[in-house]
Parts: sequence; structure tokens; C-alpha cells
Amino acid sequence: MSKTTNILLVGVGGQGTILASKILSTGLINAGYDVKMSEVHGMAQRGGSVTTQVRYGEKVYSPIIGKGQANIIVAFEKMEAMRWIDYLNLNGKLVVNDYQIPSVPILTGEAQYPEEIINDLQEKAATTVINAGQIAAKIGNPKTQNVVMLGALIQSLQIDEVDWEAVIRDTVKPRFIDINIEAFNKGKEMVE
Amino acid sequence: MKKLLTGNEAVARGAYEAGITLAAAYPGTPSTEILENMAQYKEIYSEWSPNEKVAVEVAIGGSIAGARSLAAMKHVGVNVAADPMFTFAYTGVNGGFVLVSADDPGMHSSQNEQDNRYYARHAKMPLIEPSDSQECKDFIKEAFDISEKFDVPILFRMTTRVCHSKGLVTFDERQNVEMKPYHKDIPKYVANPANGRVLHTKLEQKLIELEKYSNHSPLNRYEWHDKKIGIITSGVAYQYAREVFGEKASYLKLGFTFPLPKEMIKTFADEVDKLYVIEELEPYLETQIKAMGIEVIGKEVIPVCGELNPDIIAEAILGQKRETVEKIEEKVVGRPPTMCAGCPHRGFFYELSKKKNVVVSGDIGCYTLGAAAPLLTTDTVICMGASVSAGHGFSKAFQKNDIDTKVVSVIGDSTFFHSGITGLLDVVYNQGNTTVVILDNRITGMTGHQENPGTGYTLGGEPTTQVDLVKLCEGIGVKHIDVINPLDLKQTNDAIEKHLGLNEPSVIITKWPCVLKKSKQDEIAEYDLANRQKSIVISDACKKCKMCVKIGCPAISYDQQKGATIESSMCTGCEVCLQVCPFDAIKKAGEQHV
Repeated sequence: MSKTTNILLVGVGGQGTILASKILSTGLINAGYDVKMSEVHGMAQRGGSVTTQVRYGEKVYSPIIGKGQANIIVAFEKMEAMRWIDYLNLNGKLVVNDYQIPSVPILTGEAQYPEEIINDLQEKAATTVINAGQIAAKIGNPKTQNVVMLGALIQSLQIDEVDWEAVIRDTVKPRFIDINIEAFNKGKEMVE
Repeated sequence: MKKLLTGNEAVARGAYEAGITLAAAYPGTPSTEILENMAQYKEIYSEWSPNEKVAVEVAIGGSIAGARSLAAMKHVGVNVAADPMFTFAYTGVNGGFVLVSADDPGMHSSQNEQDNRYYARHAKMPLIEPSDSQECKDFIKEAFDISEKFDVPILFRMTTRVCHSKGLVTFDERQNVEMKPYHKDIPKYVANPANGRVLHTKLEQKLIELEKYSNHSPLNRYEWHDKKIGIITSGVAYQYAREVFGEKASYLKLGFTFPLPKEMIKTFADEVDKLYVIEELEPYLETQIKAMGIEVIGKEVIPVCGELNPDIIAEAILGQKRETVEKIEEKVVGRPPTMCAGCPHRGFFYELSKKKNVVVSGDIGCYTLGAAAPLLTTDTVICMGASVSAGHGFSKAFQKNDIDTKVVSVIGDSTFFHSGITGLLDVVYNQGNTTVVILDNRITGMTGHQENPGTGYTLGGEPTTQVDLVKLCEGIGVKHIDVINPLDLKQTNDAIEKHLGLNEPSVIITKWPCVLKKSKQDEIAEYDLANRQKSIVISDACKKCKMCVKIGCPAISYDQQKGATIESSMCTGCEVCLQVCPFDAIKKAGEQHV
């Protein structure tokens, strides 16, 4: 592949986007790609909106992308999908977790969590909706939502030349390997 | 071997490979991970210093002693450390010396976006700007060589996207660098006026030699492609420019940017039809290039404010704007950062926010969020340590003009050690009457949990002497000191009331560990952290008064129909909401059937 592929992971501080992007980038490097990745630290992590950008291809220059450039956006939270949707390429794909985390203005009753946001997203882009919360709960660990989303991402991009299970085995703690592999495969199954 | 590293990890690796044996820093985003990674190399003495000035001075001592030494900090930290830098540029080094400045264009986690490249010209320190992780590693090694060859300290300037972006980096072996012998050399290392005059002249001579070096430095290079457009650029802006123009432009890619390679710039300008300077923040390169009489387009089109990205450059120079999916603005509610569920600062700020006729002088840390909704407690935040000294000034100005408003200064433990102590000295010495509140959460919180003089551990995790805050304040001369549990709202309110009534310097220490801290066994036992029960709302009892929502806890939400609810996965059992509820509708989970 000569062109650079741009992936944008969006979510809320503490949702585990960092582990997902770590597995993702390790796999891409193993496949021989040049990879650049950019994430936000500091104050934004305190419950704010967080993004991780992963770019891969033959040779990658900029670590960050602008609006309209993401080949795929993976949103761990649905309002965050709308916040960042203008970063999606017109032909890009959106994978969204049907999961909501209210922000402070919503918690205090100052604002309402937007309704029917999934419908709006589906009208705007080729969208795959995943209930990662439900899947993760069924597997037995709500914290594996991030790896469910990662599985869906990999399936959407069809990055088949990587042994993803091996990457997961090398990345997560031994006692979480099996459950994460299960989460990953369940996520893959959600995408046609 | 190739590994995916952040720029910060690569700087630590490069310094290790360059054979350094001493590194010091004060944590600050986006620089923090440099020393955190340095600590893994046992060949290097690494420390968290109480502030950036101390860190630079420790590294200066290491350098004069003969060791390759490094100090790292965020951009505003360089302001704190500027005093020794300007003079150390005069004396020069023994072992190589590098000061890493991590600037924060776009202010992801900072109070300003100053461009520290100007420090290089101002302090007369050679300047190096890497553009990605591989360059971070390669350039820092070159920096130590240049430092020793020309007998100068080096300013190594990174930016957030260089610090926190990951790229592939090739590893090398550690160089075996012998400690330089130390010889007493008073004319070189004692910066008194007589020596200073000689040293200044010598430094000017060094800068002439360094400009010659700059024109042949491997850190500066031409990339010849289409010559219709020429781009002079440095740092991460180079990567953005490459992304936009590819081989449709030629580049003068600068990594060594003070003194500038004037010969290279002239040659490049002669060869290309139209010349642009693409740089983030200030027109640092542009102004100097224009002063050479060269026509160039820069800040007329490239913004001075904020971070750049490839799109900004494409639009500014090529007028290109990509079509985008349109977002529905009204379906996006803001998501500002907020104090975590269970944060020990919340209860304190909640109680303080209820006081009338009080000005709250705030500081830099998680508790800057005391100024955020819904608490809106803090009146001013300027820089590290200013809460105490600016609060003192506030109070003196009020007193002198017969204004009866009390001032409370609010500062975290690490920030107090950084530069709050001197402010408190001032309050006592000059007989102020402010109340200084030290929010002691037993760790440096915002930057991701670094040890400090109050935690009892070093950067390397070794147990060490723990400063006694009460004795420290007593030693300074504070007569009224109370240590309280900020999760106990009555205790907190009582202490605030008592101290607001005093007309002398006073200190309240709120002592409770950060909710995100991985406490050791002794701390878990001391604060009984293992047996906390989550809080829940008894829905029948909820009168929908929304009092609990006013504390701004992200675990509590409110709905017109259902009233308040507490998200169990987020609740940490701090019980602040339980004390706020006037109808006893919030209970510990274990007591729900009582």
C-alpha cells in the first residue's frame, strides 16, 4: 500500500483508547508499515474529549491529520463521534459505540444529551453501530469495550496480514489475554 | 532494532546513548515522560527537582563537574530556570549540557503558548529543533557533541506534537563517554563582573564559530525537488509541509536554528522562485531571514496563534480546503475537563465557594479546575506559585484601600514545594493576613503522578525523607495551622470559617490522597481506602433539589423524571454528595436497606 491510511480514535478520558491504539500500532509495525501516532496528555485526560490519531503507510510524515482526512473514525462514545465527524473523509467509514457518557453540562442539567445521534450519524456516513458495552458485559469484563471496538476497526479496514491475537498476547497482562482475544473476535464479528 | 517511541522516550534513549550520567527535571506537560523514561537507565542519576531552576542548576553542577548532563521542563518552566541559563551561557560547560524545553503550541495543557526559540537568541545558547522521534534521538546526541566542542550549553526545543507523537526509532549502543576531569578554574566558573566581561566577549566569538558550524551542520539540510516553491521550515512544521507539498516544493529543513545557517539560507533563496517560511507560533526564522534582506512569505498567511496542521498550511498557501462531512453543532455538548469522581479537592472547593466577600487566588494543577463550572470558586490563576504571592498582593492592596475582603490562596503540594514556599515566607515576613490552603493530595497529580518532596519517595521509587508540611510552615513563622480531611465537609467548613476570622498569616492543609493514586499498603491503611462503600441515591427520598449536582461530580447525573442518580462504576465512595444532600436521600450502598 503506497497511500497513507488515517485512523482516528475518539472517546472520553479513561475509556482505554490508549491500549487499543497500542495494539493497533504494534500490529501495523509488525506488518512492516511506517507508523506515526499522536495522542493528547495532561488536562484533557481529566474526563475531557480525547483523540488518538494513527497513520500508516510506506512513509508517513505528519503525525496529525486535518478535517476530512480520516479513512475511518472509531468512536468509543457516540456524542464524540459527532464532535469529530468533520475529520472523516467523504468516503470514510465510521464505527461507533452505542454508548453514552454525559459531560458536566449534561450532568448538571444545563444541557441535554443529544437525542437520536446514531440516526444522524448514519445519515451522514457509512456507519457501523456496535454495542460494545453489552458485548463486553456478556464476555464478563466491561473494561474490554476498547478491544471490542478495536476488533471492529480491524475488520472494517481488513488488515489481515497481521497476527492480531499474537499482538494482543504480547501487549496485555497474562490473565487478561483470553478475555481480550474474545472481545477482539466479537468486535470483528460485528462488522460485515 | 526499531521501536515505536514518543519524542520524549526518544530523547531519553538518545541521552542514554550519548553517555550522560545526570538528568534533572520538574514534571510538566508535555515534557514529563522524558525523566520518567530516563529513570529506567541505571547508568544515569535521575531526579525530580522541586522546580525547574533547581533542575537546571543541578545539571549545571553536573556539567561543571565533568558529566554529560541534561535538564528537562515545559516551556513555562524555562522562565523559572532562566536566571542560571543566561549566565551559564557565558561560563560554558565541562561535560556536555542540554536544556530540553517542551513548548505547548495550542495550549493542550498550559497557560500560554510562548515560543521558547527566542530564549536561544536572548540567552545566546545554540538552538536545536527536532521534527520527529528519530530526530529527537539523533539530535540530542549531536547536541552533547556540539556542547562540548564549542563549550556552550544547548537549548533543545520540542513541541507537544514532537513530544507526544510516536514514530519508529532505530536504537544504537550507549557510547562510553568518560567523565571529563574537573579542574578548578575561577575565571571560567565564577561569574563575577570582572570574569563576566571576559566571558561575554568569548561567547560572542563562540557564536561566530557556531554560525560557521551551522552552515555545515548535519542537522540542516536541503531537499531539492521542484524549485518553483521553496520552503524554509523547522520542527514539526517540516512534517506538515512535507505532507502538503510532497515533492512539489524544495525544502531547507533546519534542525540547528541558532545561530542560523545564513549561507545555506542565501543559497536556497537564490535557487527557488517563491520562498515561504513555515513555522509554528512566532516568526522566529522569518524575522531573521527578512533582516538578511531576503524576500519571504510567512506570517502574512501562516497563523501566529495556535498549533499548525497540514490543512492550515494547505489552505493558507494553496487555498485548498477539503470537503468535509458536516457536523450538527447543536448535537454536540461541550466536554470540559473536570475533577475526577472522588477527587479530594471537590469538597474543599464546594465549601469555599459558599463563602461571601472572599477572593480565591488559585494556582497551576488539577485544582485549576476550581475555577470551572459548577464550582466557579477561583478568581485568578497566573503561574506556578502565584496563588500565595499574588494573594498576598491582593490582600495588601485591599487593606491599603480600606476594602474588607479576605483572600484565600489555594495551592497543591507539589506546586507549594515548587514556588509557594517563598510566597508564604513573604506573607509571614511582611505580616500579611491571607489564608494559604495547601491541597496535599500526596502526589503531583495533573502531570500523571510524580513523586515530590512530600511523598516520601524519589523518581526511582526509593524511600526518602518526607518533608513535614506543618513543621515547615511553623518554621517559617505561621502560628495558625490546621490539617483537615477535605472529604469531611463539616471539618472543612469549620476550618475555613475559623481561618477567615483570623487577621494573621494562616495555613490549612487538606490532606487526602489523589483518587487516581496507586497508594501503597501503608497509605491504604492510614486512610482506610480499602473499605470504602459506593454511594447510591434512594430514589423515593430524592426531592430533586439538585444540591448534589452542584458539586460537579462526573458520577452524578440529574434527570427531570428520575431525579439524581449515581453511576456505580464511577463512584469511589468519597461520600461528599452524601453530606451535601439535605434530604438524606444518598446512602452508602451497604446501608440501602436500613
